[in-house]
Amino acid sequence: MVRMKFLCDADRCIDCNACVTACKNENEVPWGINRRRVVTINDGKPGERSESMACMHCTDAPCAAVCPVSCIYPTEDGVVLHSKDLCIGCGYCFYACPFGAPQYPQVGNFGSRGKMDKCTYCAGGGGPEAPGSAEEFAKYGSNRFGEGKLPMCAEMCSTKSLLAGDGEVIAQIYKERVFKRGYGSGAWGWMTAYGEAVRV
Amino acid sequence: MAFPVRVRLLVVAVALLSIAAAVPTQAQKRGPDGAPNPTASVIDEQTLLKQSPRVEGRVDIPDPRAGVLIEPAGRTWQYVHEVLLHRASAVIILGTIAILGLAYLSVGQIRIAEGRSGKKILRFKAFERFAHWLTAVSFVVLALTGLNLTFGKVLLLPVIGPDAFTLVSQAAKYVHDFTGFSFAIGLVLLVMIFFRDNLFQKIDLDWIKQGGGFIKNKHAPAGRFNFGEKLVYWFSMAGGAAVSVSGFLMLFPFFGFGIAGMQLAQIVHTVVAVLFIALILAHIYIGTIGMEGAFEAMGTGEVDLNWAKEHHDHWIAQQLAK
Repeated sequence: MVRMKFLCDADRCIDCNACVTACKNENEVPWGINRRRVVTINDGKPGERSESMACMHCTDAPCAAVCPVSCIYPTEDGVVLHSKDLCIGCGYCFYACPFGAPQYPQVGNFGSRGKMDKCTYCAGGGGPEAPGSAEEFAKYGSNRFGEGKLPMCAEMCSTKSLLAGDGEVIAQIYKERVFKRGYGSGAWGWMTAYGEAVRV
Repeated sequence: MAFPVRVRLLVVAVALLSIAAAVPTQAQKRGPDGAPNPTASVIDEQTLLKQSPRVEGRVDIPDPRAGVLIEPAGRTWQYVHEVLLHRASAVIILGTIAILGLAYLSVGQIRIAEGRSGKKILRFKAFERFAHWLTAVSFVVLALTGLNLTFGKVLLLPVIGPDAFTLVSQAAKYVHDFTGFSFAIGLVLLVMIFFRDNLFQKIDLDWIKQGGGFIKNKHAPAGRFNFGEKLVYWFSMAGGAAVSVSGFLMLFPFFGFGIAGMQLAQIVHTVVAVLFIALILAHIYIGTIGMEGAFEAMGTGEVDLNWAKEHHDHWIAQQLAK
């Protein structure tokens, strides 16, 4: 069975932020919303590594479990989607998310949050809108997945560091890379997101 | 001439040695093909997570929250909130209701022993009652809207469906956010009005020794407030302060606190709120159906003279002496 995942090869990421730009452009997300970001560990020190991170579409997604209105759910491809019609902007999913993925537009004074926004794996939304419709695009962004395409961030990655696709396939690609070049710092976040690391 | 040359050689040797010592030995590691191994100096995710609960780094976005790359504690928070707190809350609230129900069935309403005298005496002034009811109404609204956020998806969502439930929850969230302010104001008023009369005194020891009025033929002495009421007061003030502080932290998310602070604030808010609800359920019980003549004190403000003599003998003596 196909299970969609992300894998960022930290030994290839050059912190170019093309994935961030691609995501913003493809989904036309509003100002202040960052579905994907690049975090640099040990910046300026030996062993510096960068890592592109968005929603990892976790197995047993903690955001879905804590949502008080149950608006987050996994699709049969393992993509975690949510309905903005049902979201009340309580912020619980951000507290539960191990990857800081949920984003909230500022809609009023103080800390009032709007409807949660996050990476949809470029698979449209979890609401009642027709897949690929203009209404769906306005709320959730692109639905490349429905056209048989992978998320824009991974497709635009200049060093093919960010991989998207079936978990077994991208894990195999990563394993072959590590085997060939002789090193690899592991699939970051996999243990937390999917409960398994990529063993090489 | 030979001596300076030796010194010079020594200096060069020391300099070379110190350079060699300064170069990290990892940089010398090589991969199987002989090429330098760039990950030799890299610590992997699991090592980082052993050093710190979160993997953090620099991020281009002007938002420090985005710098947290991996934070497995999110799953822990989910387990604590979704499993432990749900179960404990259900047990505590249902347990309290069951105990109060049993108390009513076994003891029933505590009657005024000598019956009503027909004479009334003012126990709470209008402003005191206002402060109480401001806090009380706010509390009930906060409790119901708060419980909806925790148990609504189990109890209400299957009944009214997702769209209606979102409407209710969205409204409940806003009501909860704003009622928090009136609750906090009521709390401050209660602290100012009732602080002095709730300080513990020697008479409280006698009250405990006499069984707090629960033993039929013993009389438990009390001033304006008895020991039990004082406990309710102090627990309420402490609980009120805790839910208010943690609540305002959540009202202004990430204002000076990181993700761990927010998770802790949410857990403190839930735990204290549930215990607070249990306490107030008991308070409501004893103030209404649990005891004859008690509700009037906060209702009209006037209590029956015999009720006052029975439950607050020292206070009524002072009032009558005035």
